Amino acid sequence: MLELKNISFIVDGQEGRTDILRDVSLTVEDHKLLVLTGPNGGGKTTLAKIIMGLTAPTAGRIFWNGQDITDLSITERARLGISYGFQQPPRFKGLTVCDLLSLASGKEDLPKAEACAYLTRVGLCANDYLLREVDTSLSGGEVKRIEIATILARNSSLMIFDEPEAGIDLWSFSRLTETFEAIHARRENTMIIISHQERIIRLADEVLVVGNGGILHRGTPEEIFPQILGDTRECCPILRKENKA
Amino acid sequence: MNKELTSQDRALLETIADMKGEPTGAYNIRKDSECAGRGSSEHITISAKTDKPGIDIRIAPGTKHEACHIPVLITESGICETVYNDFYVGDDCDVEIVAGCGIHNGGEEESRHDGIHTFYIGKNCRVHYIEKHYGEGNGRGGRVMHPTTVAHVGEGSCLYMDTAQIRGIDSTKRVTQIVCAADAETVITERLMTHGEQRALSEMEIVLNGDGSRGRVVSRSVAQDDSVQLFRPCVVGNAACFGHVQCDSIIMGNAKIRSIPEIAANCTDAQLVHEAAIGRIAGDQILKLQTLGLTAEEAEDRILNGFMS
Repeated sequence: MLELKNISFIVDGQEGRTDILRDVSLTVEDHKLLVLTGPNGGGKTTLAKIIMGLTAPTAGRIFWNGQDITDLSITERARLGISYGFQQPPRFKGLTVCDLLSLASGKEDLPKAEACAYLTRVGLCANDYLLREVDTSLSGGEVKRIEIATILARNSSLMIFDEPEAGIDLWSFSRLTETFEAIHARRENTMIIISHQERIIRLADEVLVVGNGGILHRGTPEEIFPQILGDTRECCPILRKENKA
Repeated sequence: MNKELTSQDRALLETIADMKGEPTGAYNIRKDSECAGRGSSEHITISAKTDKPGIDIRIAPGTKHEACHIPVLITESGICETVYNDFYVGDDCDVEIVAGCGIHNGGEEESRHDGIHTFYIGKNCRVHYIEKHYGEGNGRGGRVMHPTTVAHVGEGSCLYMDTAQIRGIDSTKRVTQIVCAADAETVITERLMTHGEQRALSEMEIVLNGDGSRGRVVSRSVAQDDSVQLFRPCVVGNAACFGHVQCDSIIMGNAKIRSIPEIAANCTDAQLVHEAAIGRIAGDQILKLQTLGLTAEEAEDRILNGFMS
């Protein structure tokens, strides 16, 4: 179980103090699929990075399976079963797709069949990719799918995906959605997915709308969708006018 | 008389030439300026030069899928030598030549090996030339290597040259000069690591003289600590040819790197491209590998090993 208690992330910049996150508390039960959605700049990625240890909160504590992990490093959290798929994954000159999958799985001699299976689940043909370097010769969408494949290979208790759909074509996105659905159906992993896609939001046990440094709404997809639409109408003057007319 | 090989020698041989156990096929092991073993095969003949230090390697036309190992070891501090090895590769060969030099310097004097390798490659050959350079030892004496490689690549032949300075070489000046005839191809893959106060200079020139010739340089280096590297790879196009120079370096600590790739066209049908990049290890690369359970140090090692592989 993941518990965030009173998490804040406040930045003191040239333009004064900005509350990226303000006193956010959250519990995610085991084997649940939680989707974080909400407007750009609302604090979703910061929240996810705080869980992985990529960003340190300015206040609050994080507990994973009852253990306070707030002061643990990224490596220590990874070894405790937390993984994170980057929104914009880095590229590596000299490391192949197979190297990354081997590192992720913790198996030096990752069987080819297993590596192929991970790539297939993100819509990539293994024979075309396994020995390719993860460098600038790959497109953004390809690197993104390889990133997601590393998270599948890692098979952590808690998988965090930051906008997995970004940059991915429609066909691969469909395959990816099925993959998330299949992982969730096994009920062996907890997933937190940051997404703006209705098809992914529909898979969630619970949806959190994150904005203005806090959790704006929380509920099932059925409960949340009308509220998202309502927010959209309220924040747009033209839609608000049309609504009244 | 042949010099005995110690366990330290055998470890060096494995590092620089992937040689394990008793050598097979054609080979020549040079240790401390003397011959420590030599063997010829049916198609590859190795003989000592009579006018200067070094050997002649003659590969009969049509030799296929054979290898030749000619490593050099220097284990006595203070040895400085210049060695000339000439390779005569007949037409229609497909061979692998493994050179390489390992210096173990436990003394106070400088040890130096200047290996000058000249290849005369016939027509329609495929030659894979591998050389690795490595230094070790606790002595204060310098470990110096100045390898020179000259190759004349005949019509329709390919030369794939993999050259690596693994680590431990205090000073090096590497000179490579290749001339390609029509439809010949040369691919040079260079890997170079420096650390401490080491200095490295690498000068390369591929001259594409024949129509349909191709030349490619892929150089990757890592400079750590206070080391200094200078690269000057050049591809010259004198015909309807294609050339590509690519230099990538990772800079660390207080190191300094200059990378000066050059392309020169003397023919309107020459297509030449160069690119070069120098940068530190990106922070997000380390972070990504940490999220896979590696420590920051393990992540850095993995990134460097991958980059230099």
